Amino acid sequence: MAAAVGRISASRLLKTNSSLAPFQVCSLSTAHSWTRGRKLLWTSIGVVAGGAGALFLALETSVKATDIELHPPKLPWDHKKILGGYDHRSVRRGWEVYKNVCAACHSMRYLCYRDLVGATHTEAEAKAEAEEQMIEDGPNDVGEMFKRPGKLSDHVPSPYPNEEAARAANGGAYPPDLSYIIPARHGGEDYVFHLLTGYHEPPAGVALREGLHYNPYFVGGAIGMAQALYSEIIEYEDGTPATQSQLAKDVTNFLAWAAFPELEERKQVGIKSIALLSILLFATLYLKRFRFSVMKTRKIQYNPPKKDV
Amino acid sequence: MGLAGTIYQTLFRRSSTAAITIVIGAYATERIIDEGSTLLWKNYNKGKLWDDIKHKYEK
Repeated sequence: MAAAVGRISASRLLKTNSSLAPFQVCSLSTAHSWTRGRKLLWTSIGVVAGGAGALFLALETSVKATDIELHPPKLPWDHKKILGGYDHRSVRRGWEVYKNVCAACHSMRYLCYRDLVGATHTEAEAKAEAEEQMIEDGPNDVGEMFKRPGKLSDHVPSPYPNEEAARAANGGAYPPDLSYIIPARHGGEDYVFHLLTGYHEPPAGVALREGLHYNPYFVGGAIGMAQALYSEIIEYEDGTPATQSQLAKDVTNFLAWAAFPELEERKQVGIKSIALLSILLFATLYLKRFRFSVMKTRKIQYNPPKKDV
Repeated sequence: MGLAGTIYQTLFRRSSTAAITIVIGAYATERIIDEGSTLLWKNYNKGKLWDDIKHKYEK
């Protein structure tokens, strides 16, 4: 028993004689006894199968060009770089765009005014933003709901009280909540940007129902939302020219920030982790060599029993 | 006696100095990595962070 364990665990691991290698490889393969013709047959079967698989894969990717939706091209977002954080100037302008344009139909019910503090606005500014809105609160002493100016702890108010009201006001199409819209759509930021800037006349042969608009980036092409962003539709407080693509970029940055406000902290922790773990990597490698030095320098000697005993 | 030997003789040979070295070394490593990575982050994202633009809005 002890001999068997020793044979499995120690002697095979410690074999360093390279002349043994061919024999070991030989014992793993069952093809060394095949005839030349049989080897040739299996080799050609393998090559043909591999080539057919590669060809299938190549054709498979090209098939996507006939999909009904248009895939948005990739754009160089600041926060998509490995070490990149949000462009907070753009996020601040994006809040302006959301507040003045998108908020007419879209809710952002998971965003609070306090989230703006220290990201896009100072505390005083965020309080002023909240106080612009009348928030329903209550019940009061006599059991009635009442309106009051918003506070920092309030969520951004929704334009419609419920989904049914939103559908009724928008021809049956529900304007989705924008709190987490970036991770909720394929293509993320690129999709939202191109959807906002991609409206144009329907191509010949495409008939749209009344109240729908043509947008190639939307699945199916017919979208209930009308084009919302036009150049100069609002005026930025910092004087940035409000072109359509600028508006779309800013609001997309804002929506990305709203969905992942922790991204910057996450990336900073990532930098620290990589720095610390790369020190620990060398410590671990050293410790491994140190511990294994006993095993690696061990020698096993086999003395065959003498015949005449 | 090389550098490693000198370090061993002066810092790690006695348990008392080894313990002090470990405590001071841990603190220094944490500070250097923390400050260094913050510096890297702020330099890479210069002009875009809230800290870089907040002076425009604070009174």
